[in-house]
Amino acid sequence: MELFWFIIIAVFLAIFFVLDGYDFGTGIIHLFFAKEEKDKEVIAKAAGLFWDSNEVWLVAGGGMLFMAFPTFYASVFSGFYLPLIIVLWLIIFRAIGLEFRSQFNYQMWKAIWDKAFGVSSLLLALFFGIALGNVVRGVNLGGVENGVSAYEGHYFFLPLWDSSFSPLSEHPGVIDWFTIIIGIIAVVTLAIHGATWIILKTNSSINSKLKAVIFNLNIALLVLTIFSLVIWQIVNPNSLNNFIEKPYLIIFPIIYFTGLIGLFFVKKIKKEAYNFLFSTLVILGGITAALASLFPVILPSTNSINESLTIYNTAASEYGLAVASIWGVLGIILIIIYFIVQKRFLGGKIDKMDYGH
Amino acid sequence: MEDMIFYDRLQFAFTITFHYIFPQLTMGLSLLIVFFKWKFLRTKIEKYNDAAKFFMKIFAINFTMGVVTGIPMEFQFGTNWAKFSELTGGIIGQTLAMEGLFSFFLESSFLVLFIFGEKLMGQKLHFLTGFLVFLGSWASGYLILATNAWMQHPVGYEILENGKYVLQNFSALFSNPWLLPAFLHNQIASVVTSSFVVASIGAFYVLRDKSVEHGKLFLKTGVVFGLISSLLLAFPTGDWNAKNVAKYQPATFAAMEGIFETEEAGAEIVLIGQPNMVEKKLDNKIAVPNILSFLTYQDWNKQIPGMDQFTEEELPDNIPALYYAYHIMVGLGTIFIGIMGLAVFFLWRKKLYSIKPLLWAIMFLVPFPYIANITGWYVAELGRQPYLVYGLLKTSEGVSPTVSSGNTLFTLLGFVGLYMLLGLLFLVLVGKIIHQGPKPLKH
Repeated sequence: MELFWFIIIAVFLAIFFVLDGYDFGTGIIHLFFAKEEKDKEVIAKAAGLFWDSNEVWLVAGGGMLFMAFPTFYASVFSGFYLPLIIVLWLIIFRAIGLEFRSQFNYQMWKAIWDKAFGVSSLLLALFFGIALGNVVRGVNLGGVENGVSAYEGHYFFLPLWDSSFSPLSEHPGVIDWFTIIIGIIAVVTLAIHGATWIILKTNSSINSKLKAVIFNLNIALLVLTIFSLVIWQIVNPNSLNNFIEKPYLIIFPIIYFTGLIGLFFVKKIKKEAYNFLFSTLVILGGITAALASLFPVILPSTNSINESLTIYNTAASEYGLAVASIWGVLGIILIIIYFIVQKRFLGGKIDKMDYGH
Repeated sequence: MEDMIFYDRLQFAFTITFHYIFPQLTMGLSLLIVFFKWKFLRTKIEKYNDAAKFFMKIFAINFTMGVVTGIPMEFQFGTNWAKFSELTGGIIGQTLAMEGLFSFFLESSFLVLFIFGEKLMGQKLHFLTGFLVFLGSWASGYLILATNAWMQHPVGYEILENGKYVLQNFSALFSNPWLLPAFLHNQIASVVTSSFVVASIGAFYVLRDKSVEHGKLFLKTGVVFGLISSLLLAFPTGDWNAKNVAKYQPATFAAMEGIFETEEAGAEIVLIGQPNMVEKKLDNKIAVPNILSFLTYQDWNKQIPGMDQFTEEELPDNIPALYYAYHIMVGLGTIFIGIMGLAVFFLWRKKLYSIKPLLWAIMFLVPFPYIANITGWYVAELGRQPYLVYGLLKTSEGVSPTVSSGNTLFTLLGFVGLYMLLGLLFLVLVGKIIHQGPKPLKH
């Protein structure tokens, strides 16, 4: 049952990062590459139309995490208190930017909310990457100091940063040189993903230019990926053990690299959906590979006194998980139906669609 | 420690108060939109369709605000109330996760279709999408009330040796005697809010002499829905909830009614008065003898325990705030019945649209149902204090063990600033939609 719910929640969060990921990416592309008002408008619309239905995946995934792994939820949300609240603020800022930019036809008004949308998207991508970096790096569970726990073994608190900025220091903060690299990887990945989405959903005038952008960003992504794998070995020497012990888990990194390689053919591929598929594979592969490397741990402990959090020591009762699996499956079937209905009516390019305001 | 709980409570109270401005409108408004769309299908009169589409625009902006201010609510269970989440997540997580899975997906998927899909789908399917949005938003209310009902009156659980609450009976969460009355009261209260909003916009159009036809339709619909829902709010749902409080939370009941001393036979109902916590009495009290006993137990002489029957530990920790919240809610509810009753009377006499003072009053009353809704929730939440889970888990035991009060104050201040901006922009936007009117020029 724990495994079942772990997979369901991982799938929900992965879908969230794929779907809202293109909104973040669209924001990043918007910030750096959209120059003409017509492009700005249509690119903002490529995110604006969908962001709230995409965010629902986060809300639902979060709710299920709360239900299935309450101890993990409590530990991680209170431990990463500041970055999480900042993420909430950024989510609100992004929503304001998207919803308000087209309300008034003043140059300055649009410029302000475009920046709000772009900058908050960029920072959100960065923060989500940093979060993933923190999870694979691990935290000082129990707040151990000189061999004594300051709190119960499954609680911790991280400051935003520690003056050394090193993941190897005794009290690493949320932001250190390792997590920031993962954050930059997330920004690059989502920028690519946003670009493939814009190409897929719009006829903006920068589409052909974006193909070159994707190609260049993809080179950067490849270099950063290799670099991060090396420094990951320094931060956590056992990070690849899972893949040696359970070789079938290799499928997840393979997914990642398939997407990465596929993206190099962006200029040759005529079918726009394939490019979006490749960037989707990068995101799915990246997240699942990181989770697979830890499994069954979901938050490693950096000290030897308190155990790492696993899906087994943080789960709710067997009965609760079993009951929830019944309504969970029912709910997922309904979601698939809604999705099919929605896509039937709202597929295709959005340039011609009336935004309704 | 004391300070820390203070900021955590203040942050939750502030963010939930601000959040609840939006869902209370969307839940009720979705019902009125379904009504307008249904009337259009039946009569084919275009202005009903205009009304449905116009209010869906207002719905959409409120829904967006509800989403962005709702995510912080879910997060705060973990960030600020980690111990509570750890101990009870296996139970309240059920209903909260169901809300995400069953109502948000439904609501958001079909809202998009309602807004963009009228031409693509045809009128019948368009009505159906509107109905599904309504269903989603009411399901959301139901599941949140189920969560709250468990905190007010815990059922179907078992407490393990390590203090964790484990779910023992899933269906008990939904047969909780607290749930149905609270849900109906809450939903009807949201219909009151949206009726006032619809009537108020109608009054505005009639008074400014633009979009008058639509204005009259909004007014008529708003006051009729308003009167029916205001009446249902008092009886049976309000009455039913008060009886539940008297039965399951007698200390809360004494505090909210302002009964300091137990009377031999028959408790009086307090209309006005200020709690004096030093002398343990009400100052400047106006009360009617024996009514409370009759309303609660249908027995004029039934004894109702006052606050003197309970220890300090058992009583809510902020009695004056609870007492005022309750009396403001009840007082406003009474005024709503009066105003809406008057409006419906003049509607029946075919004079409503020409009685300017009444139209002005309807227009400016719009903040008050919001205040009544929010003070109603304060009654529930302050009344449950000092517990998070009534009778079992103290609020002070539920807070995050590792988050310092300095950090909480920092985030509280951030939320205050951000929500000020958000509220301002919201008003500008809604003002713009209202200004454009139900038949804006195509652009």
